[in-house]
Amino acid sequence: MSRLVVANIGPASSVQDGGRYGAQRYGLTVSGAMDRLALAAANTLVGNEPFAAVVEIGPFGATFTAKDGAVRVAIAGAPRNADIAGRPVAMDTSVTLKDGETLTLGFARGGAFTYLAIEGAIKGELVFGSLAVNARAGLGSPYPRPLQAGDEFAVDPASGAPELRIELPKPVSGPIRVVLGPQDDEFDDANKALFLDSEWKISATSDRMGYRLEGPAIKHLHGHNIVSDGTVNGSIQVPGNGAPIALMMDRGTSGGYPKIATVITADVGRLAQTTAGTAFRFKAVAMAEAQDEARKFQQLIRTLPDRLRSSDTVELNIEALSDANVAGYAVSAMDAGTWQVTAEP
Amino acid sequence: MAATLSPPRLLPSGDSAVTVEFSRTIDDAANERVLALDKALAAAPIEGISETIPTYRSLLVHYDPGRIGFDALCEKLLPIACQKLPPSTKARRWRIPVAYGGEHGIDLEDVAKALNTTPDDIVARHASGDYRVAMIGFTPGWSYLSGLDKSLHMSRRQNPRLFTPAGTISIGGIQAGIQCLAAPSGWHLLGRTPVRTYQLHRNPTFLTEPGDRVTFFAIDHKTFEEQERAAEAGEIIAEQVIT
Repeated sequence: MSRLVVANIGPASSVQDGGRYGAQRYGLTVSGAMDRLALAAANTLVGNEPFAAVVEIGPFGATFTAKDGAVRVAIAGAPRNADIAGRPVAMDTSVTLKDGETLTLGFARGGAFTYLAIEGAIKGELVFGSLAVNARAGLGSPYPRPLQAGDEFAVDPASGAPELRIELPKPVSGPIRVVLGPQDDEFDDANKALFLDSEWKISATSDRMGYRLEGPAIKHLHGHNIVSDGTVNGSIQVPGNGAPIALMMDRGTSGGYPKIATVITADVGRLAQTTAGTAFRFKAVAMAEAQDEARKFQQLIRTLPDRLRSSDTVELNIEALSDANVAGYAVSAMDAGTWQVTAEP
Repeated sequence: MAATLSPPRLLPSGDSAVTVEFSRTIDDAANERVLALDKALAAAPIEGISETIPTYRSLLVHYDPGRIGFDALCEKLLPIACQKLPPSTKARRWRIPVAYGGEHGIDLEDVAKALNTTPDDIVARHASGDYRVAMIGFTPGWSYLSGLDKSLHMSRRQNPRLFTPAGTISIGGIQAGIQCLAAPSGWHLLGRTPVRTYQLHRNPTFLTEPGDRVTFFAIDHKTFEEQERAAEAGEIIAEQVIT
């Protein structure tokens, strides 16, 4: 067995997978990766099941060292500078760390969470089918808490498979799409319009449990106490102070504030990757459109293996590189994934 | 033709869940319909439903929009939700020991004062209640009970506590609760139970189910300490009565 040692890691980093479903009726929080597409992309690159357990890395940097053998990994999600001994590693690619080599990841740029998948996946003790960390309930494996320097994973030795990159579709931009409800009738038309027409920012006090939104105060029609009922990933509840909270993966299974809208499945990961202070808007869509997008999202995850390419066929895109340089980032000319160089097929 | 009940409201909770709402308020008849629908869906599953979460007044139905659409699901749910089902004949009943007052129930004296009576009287009223688990939520195993004696209804604390201990037995508004893990709470703390409604490596992991009946009985603080140790080692402690 090889080992992958966490040499250094910032806060808000933990083992996550597709989440812990099936026991919400007992109050068990689902947890799981904040950005499911990035989770699935990283896993697909190293031949794992799409929702296998990975390291979810928060906005700060991290370093990982291979011990007792080579370890094959892949990174996807929020772009960062990454290198192995000065040799750049592109986002959305796999790479093999030789015994003793260290992968260094910088701060997240234009996103919050990056996923490090390990060939053969992280191993641990499943609780309700999941290794996902829920620090509040002390659940998760092999470490039921955020990761710390010195933690390590017993992992499969690298297979020696050729390295790959994955061509993800161009990221969707524009407003975060929501379906109104389940308690939109707790708000009058003016306040619903205020919610949909205003610019919002994510507060720096946000976490995996919920993203607090900064913007105008949304007023309730009948007060903010409703009888507790069930929540979903992306429920947007409005507490007494009128500042909405989008419930994320570590949400409580029930809640007692009116929920004005729900983020569509296809956009939850995009909201999760929106950094504190970035202005964005919501847009209400019809149920039919939301479900169509949900099905397309499922289809995208199912067909990720079709998007794998040999990692030495990177094409350069001068425009993307120049954009990157204008933005002041030092981007490797080979760093295709970071700037979504390839056009959507 | 079978009698039918008033239709619930079907409220979209995003693209992959629907809230089947029987009432806007806490009401036992609505909760019984929630639990009846939950049971009916467990007995005859609808293709595409992945998980159901009963709460006081609604059933949250998670489903896979890749297997069934919103309209098709609602069409299937509605007749089941409106069926008049025979009242459930068998319910599990749990007898739960509680160490009332003192360090384990720091609000008992204040509750007695507020209600103009003695702590012993509060204990007697709380322990003589016949409760039903209306829902489980917030944190693992937290069982929300209906059936609290009307004379014990009182509004929640002005300032919620950021920490209340595991096993807390409390009341808040018109509800009573069994709390499993340490958590913030604005309810009034009457006592603690050694019983764990959730324990990871125990079989069963979760003790209570929505619909279960619950009664409480008082134990002294020394018995609490002993039972606490036994519970830690995986004993269930609660007495189960099949009625």
